[in-house]
Order: sequence, then structure tokens, then C-alpha cells
Amino acid sequence: MSDVVLSPPSTAARSGSWLTRWRRNPWRKPRILQAVTIGYLLWSLIPVVIAVIFSFNAGRSRSTWQGFSMRWWTGDPFDSLFHDPSLRTAMLQTFRLSFITVLIAVPLGTAFAIGIDRWHGRPARPANFVMLLSFVVPEMILGVSLFLLFTNMLKNLVPLGTPAQILGLATFQMSYPVIIVRARLLSIGPEYEEAAMDLGAKPGQSIRRVLLPLLSPAILASVAVTFADSVDDFVIVRYLSGPANSEPLSVKIYSAARSSPTPAVNAAATVMLLATMAMIIVGYLIYRRYAKGTGDAGDMASFTQL
Amino acid sequence: MEATTTPTTEPERKAKHTKSDTASGAWYPRWYWPSFTGPGTIWMIVLFLLPFYTVLAVAFGTVDPLFRTPLPVYQPWWWSFATFQTTLQKFYVAPAVYQPPLIRTFEYVFVASLICLVIGYAVAYYAARYAGKYRIPILVLLVAPFWISYLMRIYAWQSLLQPDGYVNDILMALGLVSQPVLWLSGKGITVVLGLVYGYIPFMILPLFGSLDRINQNLLEAGRDLGASPSQTFRRVTLPLSKPAILAGLVIVSLPMLGDYYTNNLLGSTRTSMYGNLIDGSVGQAGQGPEAGSLVLILMVIVIVPMLYYLRETRRAAENA
Repeated sequence: MSDVVLSPPSTAARSGSWLTRWRRNPWRKPRILQAVTIGYLLWSLIPVVIAVIFSFNAGRSRSTWQGFSMRWWTGDPFDSLFHDPSLRTAMLQTFRLSFITVLIAVPLGTAFAIGIDRWHGRPARPANFVMLLSFVVPEMILGVSLFLLFTNMLKNLVPLGTPAQILGLATFQMSYPVIIVRARLLSIGPEYEEAAMDLGAKPGQSIRRVLLPLLSPAILASVAVTFADSVDDFVIVRYLSGPANSEPLSVKIYSAARSSPTPAVNAAATVMLLATMAMIIVGYLIYRRYAKGTGDAGDMASFTQL
Repeated sequence: MEATTTPTTEPERKAKHTKSDTASGAWYPRWYWPSFTGPGTIWMIVLFLLPFYTVLAVAFGTVDPLFRTPLPVYQPWWWSFATFQTTLQKFYVAPAVYQPPLIRTFEYVFVASLICLVIGYAVAYYAARYAGKYRIPILVLLVAPFWISYLMRIYAWQSLLQPDGYVNDILMALGLVSQPVLWLSGKGITVVLGLVYGYIPFMILPLFGSLDRINQNLLEAGRDLGASPSQTFRRVTLPLSKPAILAGLVIVSLPMLGDYYTNNLLGSTRTSMYGNLIDGSVGQAGQGPEAGSLVLILMVIVIVPMLYYLRETRRAAENA
């Protein structure tokens, strides 16, 4: 904004206290908004920073600082994150679930988005509607519904635990690639493929060699978003978890937070945080790199609008 | 298909097909695009629509008398609405044990959504209009909570609000309280602030997107034509951002209505919400139909805002 450099007209609101003058000055800086924004940012991030710091606490407390140590990460031979077998299994389970979810949700979602964008048959609208519905439905409803599905109708087909969790997560996450890829499809239009086919490409070739490369930033962004969101997921994976070794980190953190958490829980949460952040940063960097070549404004704003 | 009724030459028929199949006029067989949509659609039918049908079958089914497991009834003509009715009556027939959590849920969600809106609007407004050269870092920080697990963020507050936590330390150091406040002993305000904290990023991003798109010239025109800053805000900015406000309110209140973990980590049974009712009955012996009924009631509550949100986002996409 450039108007902050303009000086107020000298005749403006000379009367009254400095407060009224300040209030009436149309060129005043938005101090209150600024304060709210800074306050909000501090409020939203400092608790998390403190939680990360407390994973290095020397004592058992997660609320009183007792000095720095690596005890809860690697030091303690039984209770630290990398030695407690249940936390290690949970960590592996988190990454296993997220990885497989991405492998299912992103290809299916991408194909769905391409098909729905180009196909105007009668079933296309309801199919798209159902897909978007899965995006807004509260996770609680979907989680319990899937739990009832897997414990009743598909009782002997899909056991609770990893299989059910993957199916549930993929269902909940599939709308992300659909929305992200479709947004990109809208902006590139069908012309490139048509040109390719005019030049003799078969439909499959035009998809593989023209459309998919054009879509790659959106697909990579979907991979990042889907992975990060799967790591953070809690409601669905909790309802669909079976034996104790199928509980991922998020469920372990929840159970521990309700009983007697040690800073090892903070360490586990920090691992989740690092995993999602790394994924998002990598996704953003790739997105920016690819989007540049296609004349798309690959700035942070367009990435966050996804 | 017209091709079977009116004899046409091969190229003509092809042209006809493509016209009805794709708007672009390229050369694809009829099954080509549906085969892209098919797998995702089948997936959604089996794992999104079928579960809802199972909810109906469980809610309107019975319970195994011996094992107390739900016995779902899949044929609608044999559905029994007895459990659903008893569950429903627990909301309004004395002793109405489910009524307080339901009312509490609406109160909490209402207050929390409003706080989200007020704080979120101010932050989004600042980020969109005044951030200047700090725009990118502010955006990054605004988006960051999105990618921090909800659970970790609530867990962080749970630690801070302990009797010996930093919140009490600060309050006592400032002399505002003489002994630690028991924030986690079932205080409504703690749960509401937890909800605000958890869901406010979902409010800020649509608001930011909308405020950022408002054409500066419109605001300057308003000022040129004699409106005061507050008038410009009330009569130009606010109406232009109204769709985003409503979308934001819907998108934060939908998950809040089903939330149970915020209360489980920050509150007690005194602050239990609708989600706690569901969570308490899921997987419990003999309570299958009741859990199904509770989910069903929640679905009825959220379906209107959900459809509204979908319609608005589609409209926004078409206008863009």
C-alpha cells in the first residue's frame, strides 16, 4: 500500500485529543489490525514451538522445564521415541498408511478429475457431486460410517487395522487431488491435446505425453497435500484401527494425552510435524519449479489457494 | 443413439459422437472419458455411499440378544424405527439426557465460529491489504497451522494449561490470580478457545482469498465518491466478502459439530459435546443402533450447510 507514505493534510481534524485526531486520520497506519495479526500469529504458533522444545525436556513433565536432554528422543532405553517399540511401530504405521494412501488416492483422483473435466455425460454430475460431498462431510460421520461398514456389511472382507485404515484414508483424501487437478485443468483447457492429436497423436499418447506433463505441478501438489493430511489424520484411522500395532502416531498421541504423557509424546508429535512440513516444502518447491515453465504464477499465494 | 436410427457415413457418425461426448470436438471413443471417471466413482460408491447405507441399516436394525453386536437390516421394508425413536426422545423427553450436550454443542459452535470470524477477518484483511513486503512470510505463517496436526496443536495447549503450565505461571506472575486456575477441569471457555484455535485456519484462508481478489479501484471509487473508511468497508468490502464469510462459517462449524477430541483433551464430561455422544456409543456392546441413529441425526443437521457450501463454491468457480 502506497498511501501510508502520504502525509495527512495539515487541516485535517486539528481539534480534539490526540486519540480523536488519530482515529479521524484517514491515512493512519492500521495499528490495531497489525496488532491483531501479530497477536494471532504468535498465539497460533508459539504453543506448538513450546511443545517441540519440551520434547527435549530432561524430566518427565511436559509443562515444567527441567533442563535440556535427548532423553525422550534417543537417550532413554525404554521410553524414548526411538527405543519404545510401540512408538516405533506407530511411526512406521503412520508412514506406511500415508504412503499407500497417496499411491491410491492420487492416481484415482487425477484420473477422475481428467474424466470429469472432459466428459459431459449424464452420470458425470452426480459422480462429481458425490466426490465433492466427500470433501465437506465431517470426518466424524465418515469415520463412524466406515467403521459400521467394515464391522457389519464387509465384516469378513476387510479386517479393521491397516486394510480398513487405508481404504478409509484413501476415500477421505481422494477429493484433494480431484480439486487440485481440476483447477489446473480449467486453466490449461483442451487445446494442447487437440493440437497433439492434430499432429497425429493417439488419445492415449496425447494424455501421456501432453496432458500429464502439463498437470504434473498439480499432481505433485496433490501428493504433498494428501501425504501431509494423511500423516495428520486421526479420526478415521482411530475408528478403523484394529490390533495395537495398527495404531499410528496420531492415535498414540491421543491415547497418551488422555493418560500420562511424557515428553516422548512431544517427540512423536515433532516427528509428525517435521514429516508434514518437509512434504509441504518439497511439494511447494517442485510446484514452483514446474509451474514456472508453463507461465503460471507459481507464487505462495496460488499454492495456498489449492 | 441416433446413429442406429438414421444411417450415416462413418465420419459423420464420429463427428456426431464427439459433439455429444465432449464439448471440445476432439476424437475420442464414447467410453474413453467415462473410463477415467469410473474407478474413482466406483470407489466412492463402495466406500462413501455404501457406508451411509450401512448406517441406516444399523440404525434401523436390531441387536444380537446374546453377543450384543448390531444386527443390521439391509431391506428397507423390514426396518424398525424403535431405537431411532428412543434415541431421538433422549433429546427432548425427560430426563432428556442427550439434550444438554446438544445445546452445549450449538452454543460452543456458535460462539467459536463467531470468534473465528472476527479474528479471522481482521487477520485476513490485514494480510490481504496491508502486509506489503511481508506478504509472503505472513502467508506462510498463516498457512503453517494447516499442516500441523490438529492433535498436536490441542496437545500443546493441554500442556500449557496444566496447573503448573505456562499459562498459570504467567497469570500468577502478573498477579491476576493467586493460585493456579484449573483450566482443564471442564471449563466451557477452554473448550471454546480450543475449537477456535483448532479450526480458525480454515476460516482465514477463504477470507484471505476473497479479500485479496477485491479490486482496489472499487475501494478508491468509494472513497472518491465521499464515503468514509468505515462506510467503504461496510458498503463495499463487506458485501463483496459476504460469500467468503458464509463459506468460512460453514467450513469451520461443520467439523466442530462432530468434534469430540477437543473436549476429551481440554474438557471433561461437564463440557461434552454431540461428538462425545457418538464416540461414547460407537463400538459399545448393544449400542450399535444407537450409534447409527446419532450419526444419522448429525447427518440431518449438517446436510443443509453442506449443500449450501457446495452450491456456493460451484457458483464462485463459475464466476471466476
